[in-house]
Amino acid sequence: MSELFENRDLVLPGDVLFEGSIRTGDNTYRSQGRVCATRIGLVDYGRGIVSVIALEARYNPLVGDLVVGGVIDIDLDRWIVDIDASSDAFLSVPDAIDAPFTQDLVLPDILDVGDTVVAKLVDIDRRRTPILSILGRGLGKAEDGFIIRITPSKIPRLIGKKGSMVNMILKESGCSIIIGQNGRILVHGKNREQEEIVVNVVDKIEREAHTSGLTNRIQEYIKSLKER
Amino acid sequence: MKLSKKKESWKRTDGRDWNELRPISIESGVLPNADGSAYIEMGRNKIIVGVFGPREMHPKHLAKPHTAVLRCRYHMAPFSVDPRRSPAPSRRDTEIGMVMRLALEPAIFLERYPRSSIEVFAEVLQADGGTRCASINASTVALVDAGIPMRDLVASCASGKIDDRIVLDMGDYEDKNGQADIPIAYMPKLERVTLLQMDGVLSPVELEQCVGLGVEGCMKIYEVQREALKKKYGDESKQSQEEE
Repeated sequence: MSELFENRDLVLPGDVLFEGSIRTGDNTYRSQGRVCATRIGLVDYGRGIVSVIALEARYNPLVGDLVVGGVIDIDLDRWIVDIDASSDAFLSVPDAIDAPFTQDLVLPDILDVGDTVVAKLVDIDRRRTPILSILGRGLGKAEDGFIIRITPSKIPRLIGKKGSMVNMILKESGCSIIIGQNGRILVHGKNREQEEIVVNVVDKIEREAHTSGLTNRIQEYIKSLKER
Repeated sequence: MKLSKKKESWKRTDGRDWNELRPISIESGVLPNADGSAYIEMGRNKIIVGVFGPREMHPKHLAKPHTAVLRCRYHMAPFSVDPRRSPAPSRRDTEIGMVMRLALEPAIFLERYPRSSIEVFAEVLQADGGTRCASINASTVALVDAGIPMRDLVASCASGKIDDRIVLDMGDYEDKNGQADIPIAYMPKLERVTLLQMDGVLSPVELEQCVGLGVEGCMKIYEVQREALKKKYGDESKQSQEEE
């Protein structure tokens, strides 16, 4: 029974993290009594559990997530939405307009292919297809703004502890920012300068997500951007 | 006595020792539009690899209900060899794509993403022998960069026989004029061989020597792959992360 790395060390797939019996957390697997990493990330030894905080990972859909997706196709009674997951998501009529499907509905008039939606992931069906809903405050078709993409595993860093990072960026830039858990960020500002601050800041956070003391550094970075 | 002295001073056409790799360098995350990517220079080989997925499989009937499907495309650019090569995918391209798939499949947790596909695109910009090994090396780095869960990295290297001598990592000239060539892919932490091909003639003893030497070469390449992946995140000792 031994920890083979220091806490927060950078590990790669296949690296042996622990020998002996322990629970396996995120991004790890057990083989021949050893716990190994499956992704590049920082190792985290907790109480009786070993996990890896992934630095690179594609979006793993979880019920309750807020996502920003693009409508890519329309079926008879539902829209198909690309949310950068391993399978496309469904948005059915009752989840979009709060009314049952009727034959005289014209789906492209409500949402068309190419539209961007802010949606909540309400279910994952038995074929592992994510089910979306756009009923609720702040949800629905995105009318304005643009999208930035970052690695979904770095979204928690962008939000910060209890939203400290995103609230700071909101305050400093004056833009409206909607962060999808799937790595798409919808930004809408009053002018170009405001939006450019957000683009630069998000880019910096993605590059430096694995370093500590980030919120303070970002605050100084925004100041320097504003002075320019 | 005379013979052993001759063996000591024996060098290959490019000045390498019998157990020496070509200069190798790998860079990860070179393509912003791909989920993961890598660029490798192994001797005069130059290969760029992009990885996409796991994502929805198209066409849908190729999806498997219990697992993801790994698809590998190997392609040589028309300007990668002299004389110019037709850009159309050849029988050889298809085969090497399959070889890459079989070498990488054992390392990936495909069963975690049913009905989806993971795609690897390797484009050979310049070829100088051993492109399948170099493609596998770069693909592994690109797969990790894409955040695809893996059991281990896959390192790959060829060994062979020239002038009745066992040598490591053969270049194009040695490949064509040598007596045998054995590409090997190896998972260093799990100690598993995932690819073993051979062309030419070897005795059973020589084959064993070749495989042993090839695995040694893979271990050296494994270290280069690790460095390439770590380089993107700078000095690891200073890292820490506060969670949400």
